[in-house]
Amino acid sequence: MNRLAPLVLGIETSCDETGIGIVRGTALLSNTIASSMDEHARYGGVVPEIAARAHLDELVPAINAAVAEAGIRLTDLDAIAVTCGPGLSGALMVGIGAAKALAVALDKPIYAVNHLVGHVGADLLQTGTEPLEYPTIALLVSGGHTSLLLVRDLVSDVELLGETIDDAAGEAFDKVARLLSLPYPGGPQIDRVAADGNPKAIRFPRGLSQPKDMAAHRYDFSFSGLKTSVARFVEQRQDAGKPVPIGDVAASFREAVVDILLTKALAACADYDVPRLLLGGGVIANARLRAVATRRTDAAGVVLRLPPLSLCTDNGAMIAALGAQLIMAGHEPSTLQFGADSTLPVGQIQVSGLPLSLDAP
Amino acid sequence: MLLSIDTSAGTSVAVVDRDRGVLSERGESDTMRHAEVVGRLIQECLTEADVAVSALSGVVGGMGPGPFTGLRVGIAAARVFALGAGKTLVPVISHDAIAYGHYQAGHVGPLLVVTDARRREVYWSTYTGADSVGLPVRAEAPGLAKPTELDVPGWAYAGWPRRDAVVVSAGDLGMVAELRFAHGRVSAANAPLYLRSPDVTVSNGPKRVSR
Ligand SMILES: [Zn+2]
Repeated sequence: MNRLAPLVLGIETSCDETGIGIVRGTALLSNTIASSMDEHARYGGVVPEIAARAHLDELVPAINAAVAEAGIRLTDLDAIAVTCGPGLSGALMVGIGAAKALAVALDKPIYAVNHLVGHVGADLLQTGTEPLEYPTIALLVSGGHTSLLLVRDLVSDVELLGETIDDAAGEAFDKVARLLSLPYPGGPQIDRVAADGNPKAIRFPRGLSQPKDMAAHRYDFSFSGLKTSVARFVEQRQDAGKPVPIGDVAASFREAVVDILLTKALAACADYDVPRLLLGGGVIANARLRAVATRRTDAAGVVLRLPPLSLCTDNGAMIAALGAQLIMAGHEPSTLQFGADSTLPVGQIQVSGLPLSLDAP
Repeated sequence: MLLSIDTSAGTSVAVVDRDRGVLSERGESDTMRHAEVVGRLIQECLTEADVAVSALSGVVGGMGPGPFTGLRVGIAAARVFALGAGKTLVPVISHDAIAYGHYQAGHVGPLLVVTDARRREVYWSTYTGADSVGLPVRAEAPGLAKPTELDVPGWAYAGWPRRDAVVVSAGDLGMVAELRFAHGRVSAANAPLYLRSPDVTVSNGPKRVSR
């Protein structure tokens, strides 16, 4: 196996994006994504069974498209990498079944990797930037997760500092958008109407930021109280027969989310004396989050890393990139026995899988 | 030679040959471990049959009917193995394998095949018998029913000899594909037979939080 700049195909099916990525070392050759987002829109959130069915439909076309774009043959690959968790288990299983079959068909090694660590690995595929320095704090925010990590080394030392104890930040955007009768996904809609609003108009609560919460949840997030607070505000207006100032509500809600995310991330930077912050996950598309992050990291003397959006949303390239890093660092492949782990801890960067006893037919 | 994969019940993998029959077959009956075992079973079957991937002429995928989470694992594996190996995918309805095995065992005549669909429902298929080359002749496309619906006296297939199967043999599935190919029969559609819509409810809007 080429361990200097391995050619790796990554398969990502943990949520509603079927992602196939191909990298050579840290060079991105294809980042092919088929999303089932539109099919979930009428339900106001990702429906696991619809996502899993779409993965099965999209896998082969996406692999073909990625291989064509990368200008390679499947037989050229050095290895296959696949997300084995965390995520929706039925969705993960589609990618795992496919990845294992591909590995056996091609007689190539397989690397079962952690989706969240993959988000950090996406940064390595940025062109024209200095290489990622360690340690770094990473804030991953999407419809499925809100996690704060301390990354001392991508392939050997990733520590979870905190995560959401209820809704993910992206989910909060979706739910508040619904309260304001805006369509799914909520993030871009909230951004759109917030443009005309005053972010200081309404003071919504910042979850887990009171001294009594900080002891146990210094780096954890909570968005359900914020969502309830927005709902209550909207209901009071409606009950009083007054118009709901949608722009102000959206801007103030968004400000509360952005504020708590960055306050906790920058607190981690300060506490661990790590002057580097990496953002990842689909919510990074939020213009206000990017703007405030730029301003507040500047003020704090923290270097901000912001991969391009196509690498921030769930994708297979980040999985391939993490696989390539594991190979380059000399890690052995996973065995074929791993399964889907919907709650895979972030500290488990690669899953090897334990031998299982298999029954005769 | 064909690699055959079915996850409509447990996980079953086989390598079959039209002339020599089933060369290797491995299975795992646990219906919760498809993703864990499928890769290893494929590898073991190829090794045991001493068949190189390049020597295969196709990959057979069992299209169900079957409970969706597990069913998808085998179809994904079959489709992507075929893609990786540069071979043809041959879809086969999983119940055909059960019927084929039934007739191979010497039975004749009508047959009602029943498998578990979870949630107190069953999948069923009916066959009128085996044809001159041994292929089961399907009477009607697979269906989904409550168990009691199969016992209603007026039902079209009421009283047909019934076989309740908990295992689908990838060996039998593969032999169905071999016979179909050898005799120029059309294969099934390359689409999973879920026979059920995803569980979803469209919400009536946000619930009130204040009283
Ligand atoms: Zn993600």
